[in-house]
Amino acid sequence: MSPIISISGLSKTYATGLSALKRVDLEIRHGEIFALLGPNGAGKTTLINIVCGIVTPSSGSVTVGGHDIVKDYRAARELIGLVPQELAITPFESVWQTVSFSRGLFGRPANPAYVEKVLKDVALWDRRKSKIVTLSGGMKRRVMIAKALVHEPQVLFLDEPTAGVDVELRQEMWQVVRTLRASGVTIILTTHYIEEAELMADRVGVINKGEIILVEEKAALMQKLGKKQLTLQLLDTLQEVPARLAPYGLNLAHGGRELVYTYDTKAERTGITGLLDDLSAAGIAFKDLQTTQSSLEDIFVDLVRER
Amino acid sequence: MNLRAIWAIYAFEMARTGRTLVQSIVAPVITTALYFVVFGAAMGTRISQIEGVQYGAFIVPGLIMLTLLTQSVTNAAFGIYFPKFIGTIYELLSAPISAFEIVIGYVGAAATKSVILGLVILATAFFFVPLRIDHPLWMVAFLVLTAVTFSLLGFIIGVWADGFEQLQFVPMLVITPLTFLGGTFYSIDVLPPAWQTVTLFNPVVYLVSGFRWSFFEIADVHIGVSLGMTALFLVACLAAIWWIFKTGYRLKT
Repeated sequence: MSPIISISGLSKTYATGLSALKRVDLEIRHGEIFALLGPNGAGKTTLINIVCGIVTPSSGSVTVGGHDIVKDYRAARELIGLVPQELAITPFESVWQTVSFSRGLFGRPANPAYVEKVLKDVALWDRRKSKIVTLSGGMKRRVMIAKALVHEPQVLFLDEPTAGVDVELRQEMWQVVRTLRASGVTIILTTHYIEEAELMADRVGVINKGEIILVEEKAALMQKLGKKQLTLQLLDTLQEVPARLAPYGLNLAHGGRELVYTYDTKAERTGITGLLDDLSAAGIAFKDLQTTQSSLEDIFVDLVRER
Repeated sequence: MNLRAIWAIYAFEMARTGRTLVQSIVAPVITTALYFVVFGAAMGTRISQIEGVQYGAFIVPGLIMLTLLTQSVTNAAFGIYFPKFIGTIYELLSAPISAFEIVIGYVGAAATKSVILGLVILATAFFFVPLRIDHPLWMVAFLVLTAVTFSLLGFIIGVWADGFEQLQFVPMLVITPLTFLGGTFYSIDVLPPAWQTVTLFNPVVYLVSGFRWSFFEIADVHIGVSLGMTALFLVACLAAIWWIFKTGYRLKT
């Protein structure tokens, strides 16, 4: 299946001279949840805003559902729903009015039944007659989601959906996202909370200083994440790993003064007890040991620091 | 053409007018009625007729223009400035609509409101002064043309403005003085010749003159010149808007 969004060679330099994106290539698959992870100012919002038509790219091209976002902007934009980072809704309309307005703006015929469904999905049906000014922050954010969904988009962009949102609302939001994904909507979310990416995404992309530095299946990332390392500081230097310890896949480090054992914390048996028994049977003594775990955060920080 | 989007914007803006009915319609009507009382009923009786028209009636076209110009500019400017100010402009920019459709929605609504206002003031005038309209069709044509042109100007100002002060600046400090000096309350014939020449650089003179002609067949400049100048201004505004959307000026980065 061809990708729903295809970005190639996308660059953006603002009038101030700030280079927000540098030749970004990225493909988003049909129906996935893609998390774009990066520190503040990495270019996440610029990338989203270009795809949605709010920012003009300096060079490169983007297609959504096969439609070029510049030449064929109507067809491309009809497929997209956007929930921006900032809460922005006209204050004096009712929930129903503002959501219906969005549907009209995207050229869809009036469909009260569908508006009702969307409002029920985001738990705002009983507040449909309330004016926006009377709503809480969390409700306003749900109105923004309803506005983005009411024209039946195939792709939904959520820009920092949980920034400044309490735990309960965050849970609700993820529930909405899961329901949407189940209905076949592709979701791209930006976040700088790693746990969010871990919790929700199928794939994770890391962006820093305008460059995509990693795109990986979350499962693959989690595998790295689930690994732990046991480092044994040996009393005597070893030239090589003894044959009887071969099954453990040990590595010699620090000029033979350290033995490193990598194990899976989520496996039924870590193998640590067996290793220690076999070590003493082989007459290898150690003076200290330590364990380390590389979290997605570590991977992320390493990646970001390298650049 | 995304007609549903145009309609959505138009209906949204008209609903805003409906919500602010007092501020939008009642206030300008009361203000204009005060002008009729002061200049028409109180002072008008002491001023001789101008070219055969009673003074109170003479100022009616000018007063309608005064309201039409300031309200068109203010409404259209506020209409597009507000989404910029509160950030909802993102939705307009990301919707499958062309710049032209956005302009039709906003300018159409602002102009509609101004025309309604103009007609309400006209109806009010009948209560205060004896009025006749020699060319009703021309009168409506001038009303609509002026409302559209100045709503376009207002749209430009709304895009340009990055504060409420700038939003008020043009209607208060440009449109109002030009209208007062543009023959609203007098025929420019009464001015010394040198000032008459200066006045001809004021675009509002052509609007008021043409509009007044449609009432009484009296005009400071020829009706054709009035029409031509108004059309010229309309084209200038359209060109500016075309440029705004082409470059994304103050809308996109």
